[in-house]
Amino acid sequence: MNEILKYTLMIVIILFTLTTIAAWLIWLERRMLAVWQDRYGPNRAGPFGLFIVVADTIKLFFKEDWIPPFAEKTVFVFAPAIVAASVLLSFVVVPFAPDILVADLDIGLLFFLAMSSLGVYSIVLGGWASNNKYSLLGALRGASQMISYEVFMGLSLMGVVMLSGSFRLMDIVMAQKDFWFVVTQPVAFVLFLTAGIAETHRLPFDIPEAESELVAGFHSEYSGMKFGMFFIGEYLGIILISAMVVTIFFGGWLGPVLPPVVWFTLKTFVFIIFFILLRASLPRPRYDQLMEYGWKIILPIALLNLLVTGAFTLLKN
Amino acid sequence: MEIAFYIAGTVAVVATLMVITRHNPVHALLYLNVSLLAHAMLFYLLGASFAALLEIIIYAGAIMVLFIFVVMLLNLGKETAEQERKWLKVKVWVGPTLLAAVLFAEFLVLVLSSGQGTYSPAVVSPRQVAVSLFREYLIGVELAAMLLMAAVVGAAHIGRHKRLVLHRFLKEEVEKEEEKHEAVML
Repeated sequence: MNEILKYTLMIVIILFTLTTIAAWLIWLERRMLAVWQDRYGPNRAGPFGLFIVVADTIKLFFKEDWIPPFAEKTVFVFAPAIVAASVLLSFVVVPFAPDILVADLDIGLLFFLAMSSLGVYSIVLGGWASNNKYSLLGALRGASQMISYEVFMGLSLMGVVMLSGSFRLMDIVMAQKDFWFVVTQPVAFVLFLTAGIAETHRLPFDIPEAESELVAGFHSEYSGMKFGMFFIGEYLGIILISAMVVTIFFGGWLGPVLPPVVWFTLKTFVFIIFFILLRASLPRPRYDQLMEYGWKIILPIALLNLLVTGAFTLLKN
Repeated sequence: MEIAFYIAGTVAVVATLMVITRHNPVHALLYLNVSLLAHAMLFYLLGASFAALLEIIIYAGAIMVLFIFVVMLLNLGKETAEQERKWLKVKVWVGPTLLAAVLFAEFLVLVLSSGQGTYSPAVVSPRQVAVSLFREYLIGVELAAMLLMAAVVGAAHIGRHKRLVLHRFLKEEVEKEEEKHEAVML
């Protein structure tokens, strides 16, 4: 009974913290973008403009929640829920600290990959159910982009699995006691980060949205809190990919002096800010360039990396 | 955990029935997806966690997305749903249902005569799966690899298209280049 209570409490706390952080990331992103562009950014509501998030949330809630008459109603309504649900489910296996972890699955890494592969559906279904040509184009782009980059994401992680000998994220963290995997698997790190950006369809890979060509891509027809769900899902995705990069390549919660959770949060925020910096600095590639880059450059490199890692592991044994 | 097994099993059966009876192809595919997720749950409950996750990653996460992708491109409207409705008339159902009922009866007899089944999950680790794949079933893996290679080559061949040349001076150059490419391929 005590055990159940403990886990329920932990789940509630993790959920609450994650959604709160995801909401405040709106402020962080706009503020950081402003800093890099030599302007103030949001600075009116509250200290440092922090309350802009509250204002934004209130605005989203009071917007008319409109379902276009030509849309496929049921699918249209549940599409935005999929993205948030699949990303939140992935957090089940993320070890925030040695004792802050919902489930220590022996196939944790695969669980993360599975959940992120289900996230595609919100884009595909959202775009399809909108019954709008721009949404459909966005959905098609999103589907092909995310399926392709999922492949590289999985392949780039297999080197780490070989070295640590386990899919369990806890084991992967513990295997980095001496060396972070970014030292032994630098190529995999770069590939994973690239694939992660494509998976969260963040700039520069936000081709399913591409507001300069597709209005707002797959969520053109969405308004109110349904749009908010896509928005929150995107920020949760950023947190998830950053947290996974930290767990897999940067030693997770390992670190001297400070408590583990603090280390984990610090490292994760470095990557979140890196994501925002990418948005501030890189232009968007063309759709065919993105696909070509994936299949002709990333895939061979990922396979080579696997081969070299495998040979190295064999020799060492 | 046995109850979870039965719940997942029921979901799988119901979802699969819905796949067959839906008129809208995208709805049918979504139900198929639910069915696949239920199957993954069944695998997990039986201890095959690796197979369960692969089921989600490969079937639910990749193959079904491609299916939906294609159906989306086909732009099937109300007419297709209407056509489906016509095809799914009671008259069409009778024959297959009767034959399936015979098989189902046989299945029931077999299950009931084999005595009480037991739910006994045996945890299979990813390592065990890998070992049996690359030792016992190595030939199967190699054959599958060959099959996939054939598919990849076929896809590459279909995907290769001739470059459109608009100027007669450039035509010869492109042809020469293509010949060279052909020679390399051979």
